[in-house]
Amino acid sequence: MKTTKNVMNGAQIFLECLRKENVEYIFGYPGGAVLKIYEELYNCEKPRHILVRHEQGAVHMAEGYAKASGKVGVVLVTSGPGATNTVTGIADAYMDSVPIVVFTGQVPSGLIGKDAFQEADIVGITRPITKHNYQVLDVKDLAATIKAAFHIASTGRPGPVLVDLPKDVINSTCEFKYPEIIELKGYKPNYIGNANQIKKAAEKIKNSKKPLLYVGGGVIMSGGTRELRLLAKEHKLPVAMTLQGLGAFPGTDELSLGMLGMHGTYWANKAISECDLLVALGARFDDRVTGRIDMFSKKSYKIHVDIDPAVIDKNVYVDLPIVGDVKHVVASIAAEMNSSPDVDDWWKQINEWKKECPMNYDTADGQLRTEYVIEQLSNYTKGNSIVVTDVGQHQMWTAQYYKFTKPRSLITSGGLGTMGFGLPAGIGAYFSRPNDSIIVITGDGGFQMNIQELVTAVYNKIPLKIFIINNSYLGMVRQWQELFHGEKYSFTDLSDSNPDFVKVAEAFGCAAVRVSSISEFDNVLDEVFKVNDKPVVVDCQVVKADLVMPMVPAGGAVDKMLVRRLASKE
Amino acid sequence: MQRVISVLLENKFGAFNRVSALFSGKGFNISSISIGETENKEVSRMTLVTSGDDKIIDQIIKQLNRLIETYKVVDLTKTKAVYRELALISVSYKKGTRSEILDICEIFQGKVVDITNKSIMVEITGPPDKIDAAINILLPYGIIEIARSGMVALKRGEQERSLTKNNSEEAND
Repeated sequence: MKTTKNVMNGAQIFLECLRKENVEYIFGYPGGAVLKIYEELYNCEKPRHILVRHEQGAVHMAEGYAKASGKVGVVLVTSGPGATNTVTGIADAYMDSVPIVVFTGQVPSGLIGKDAFQEADIVGITRPITKHNYQVLDVKDLAATIKAAFHIASTGRPGPVLVDLPKDVINSTCEFKYPEIIELKGYKPNYIGNANQIKKAAEKIKNSKKPLLYVGGGVIMSGGTRELRLLAKEHKLPVAMTLQGLGAFPGTDELSLGMLGMHGTYWANKAISECDLLVALGARFDDRVTGRIDMFSKKSYKIHVDIDPAVIDKNVYVDLPIVGDVKHVVASIAAEMNSSPDVDDWWKQINEWKKECPMNYDTADGQLRTEYVIEQLSNYTKGNSIVVTDVGQHQMWTAQYYKFTKPRSLITSGGLGTMGFGLPAGIGAYFSRPNDSIIVITGDGGFQMNIQELVTAVYNKIPLKIFIINNSYLGMVRQWQELFHGEKYSFTDLSDSNPDFVKVAEAFGCAAVRVSSISEFDNVLDEVFKVNDKPVVVDCQVVKADLVMPMVPAGGAVDKMLVRRLASKE
Repeated sequence: MQRVISVLLENKFGAFNRVSALFSGKGFNISSISIGETENKEVSRMTLVTSGDDKIIDQIIKQLNRLIETYKVVDLTKTKAVYRELALISVSYKKGTRSEILDICEIFQGKVVDITNKSIMVEITGPPDKIDAAINILLPYGIIEIARSGMVALKRGEQERSLTKNNSEEAND
């Protein structure tokens, strides 16, 4: 019997599904178990495959791509080590709710469990760090599984999904049909908040004397920044943001209190301790925000809006939970507000705190400091760049001194705190927003953790502006050693072992320059931002032993902050 | 306080694993798990016996609901439910003690399921405290081995009509 059915092999189905999902890029690395897919990727225009140099880099690129745009990032790697190398990135995406789908090759299904060459139980390994994961055991299930994976990754509270593809499944054929809709009985995120709760929330805000909006990354993910701005502006509500929330509300606005938490502003932390109404929007009461939990915001009535019911009452008990999409709920609350709270006294108090302990740093000695570098970058780009950071001191200084004005302009590893995130995430951000200027701020430690991805950036002619905040220390660890571990600088001094970053960058094909004073830094900026066909690495030799201040010591109450170093060190 | 949670989940390879991994990963207590197919072949029912204060139980239920493969999660402790467990108890006997053991077995409405010239295996079903009582009374005779099924439970009265869970139910109430 003649057939006109649309028969394809698994690899073709895989790519056809990605096209249906409008995937533009795959960040990947080939290997034995995925050879059939790479056969199909040969000369494939869409999706375009971006070859990375380490699978961890591929996942961070997918994260950067997703965080900069809200679209789902896609990763393709082989079985065994290819798969296990993605684990850190997946855990990172899980903690920060980043929508990515990771496809891993697997040994043929008949060999699973036989300790076959390059076999790893990646589904078992990633179960606790994925929103969901799948192993496809029949090519007939492939299309529906991919559809489900993209659906789960991108809806509700976003997160990483892994799909494991045994080699024989990819090699076998069946008729291709892409399901139009997908019905998952056990997965129905609730977008619309409860109307009564919303009314009650509006009532509480109206009648509050010291309200505070505590804004997390969920506001950005839900696309609710406009709704937030309208609510805050209309009623003069102070806005404090988490690390992931920066950009949800303009940092330049007078209602912005900046970041709260461990390295937040003094006044944001004072406000959260003294407020009588705390409205958490798309935030999860992370320990870096709350500090000592039994001392956290003791005087406030707490409203918590989040799409994930499991974050409600997880760390802090709240009085009024609203499960729903933050964008929708904030708009509904705003619509219910028929009068404003009287917040004049509250603002007077907040402004006093601002004067009491302003954000500043030492400029008298003329030495190059990270705070200066960040502040200048913020001024130079007018807060309009996408800023991608690594993890550590430079990350916190970036959060404090760069004035983010737009959502999706800070891309950083928050929950997991993954060193090595910055460079690959910056590359990923470029692929979703190639016309934006992208600054990578990294440390001399973190930069070396995924330095191999410079090749990916050079090969794809990506004009990243990479600033290495080079203090020859693992600075944040050093800070804790100074403050809490008797100044035993155990294995954090990299001064004898750091490579010459300028030479390294040049060897990879980047432009590179070293600056070690304020004037040198000022003088290179124009030139750095002119380069448009390759990455530029700026090795910023900053003061060695500065501390990020203010700081809430771990486990301390947030209003008990260290604001400056007590005695001079070094 | 002991709490019994009934979970309807996809009857699929891995779903059980996901639940048990959740308990170890989040550090929740668990004293027994039992699982089996339901009237619907695509759905299995898991009965979990756990303990913790209201806050912990609330988290357990929310985290279970969060799994893609769970359809419905019910805290049976808050409802009227039937609780059952099955135990196989192998007891050694000597001349003279055999009839005593058989008497005990009868009092507990148990069944003798195996006998050798040294031991008797009895099967007892009932609420867990009944099983505990039976074990306690058999202890002096010399228990050789015990296998307990873990608790299964079902809500009394009306059937749960829908296998669809409502994520927001718990948090918005």
